Amino acid sequence: MKHFFILPLLFVSATAMADTPQRFLDQYSAEARQSQPGFAAEGARGKAFALRKWGVSQSLPSCTTCHTDRPGKAGRHAITGKTIAALSPAASPERFSNPAKVEKWFKRNCNEVLGRACTPAEKADFIKFVMEDQAS
Amino acid sequence: MKKLALALSIFASLPALADSERTAAPLTPQYKSECGSCHVAFPPGLLNKADWQKTMARLDKHFGTDASVDAKAHQSILSYLERNAGSRSAVQAAAEPRITATNWFRKEHREVPGSVWKDARVKTAANCVACHSGAEQGRYGESEIAVPGMQRRHEED
Repeated sequence: MKHFFILPLLFVSATAMADTPQRFLDQYSAEARQSQPGFAAEGARGKAFALRKWGVSQSLPSCTTCHTDRPGKAGRHAITGKTIAALSPAASPERFSNPAKVEKWFKRNCNEVLGRACTPAEKADFIKFVMEDQAS
Repeated sequence: MKKLALALSIFASLPALADSERTAAPLTPQYKSECGSCHVAFPPGLLNKADWQKTMARLDKHFGTDASVDAKAHQSILSYLERNAGSRSAVQAAAEPRITATNWFRKEHREVPGSVWKDARVKTAANCVACHSGAEQGRYGESEIAVPGMQRRHEED
């Protein structure tokens, strides 16, 4: 009997996952508040995070090395030279729409650039920064 | 329906006839998304099976970056590459096979002056799309080549 309850719940949690930039922001902020009560994402903090040179990777020292400090503009991969679509959802509507992709790239790029996973607070700040650049 | 498929396949094979063997395999959505984000999704025919196997075996140290994918994607990409790999004998003994180090690549690009490779718009020989405007779609035909800083090349061969 128990199985009948568990199965629908699995479906709910899969579809309830964030699929808009705002929902990713809300979700990571909520996660951050579990260890930092009162946490609220800040674009300025996100920008400082993006610009910071972490000293881990020589060719990929910061987020902005490839993505530039303007999320509304296209970036360029520092090693391969390939154009990278703008991070801003206003410029690239597919950005922050797919939970699997968002987690995949945070995982990969945080390991690469920071040498560790990013915290929910860092992700929330970063998304806030990226969303704020939409207007310009 | 068959006719349509046939017509489409004839169409698809029109560009780059000379290198059709190497660039003919369709780029699957998964291959494009997993192996075409940081660099262009290279045609599987440009390396042989053994070289793709070597490449896939060390994705966590992929030319200095961690490009690992989950186990399921790994298996399906590996089998896609094995199915569509080129037939040439092993090109390199290197642990990290490079398409740009193959004899074929060197021969095909022998007329490209050294200055072009150093051009900021090109940056690296792996940046196919800098000159091959159809590279993202797997097209490398003569008609779609524009080398930065050089006049369009007209060549009949």
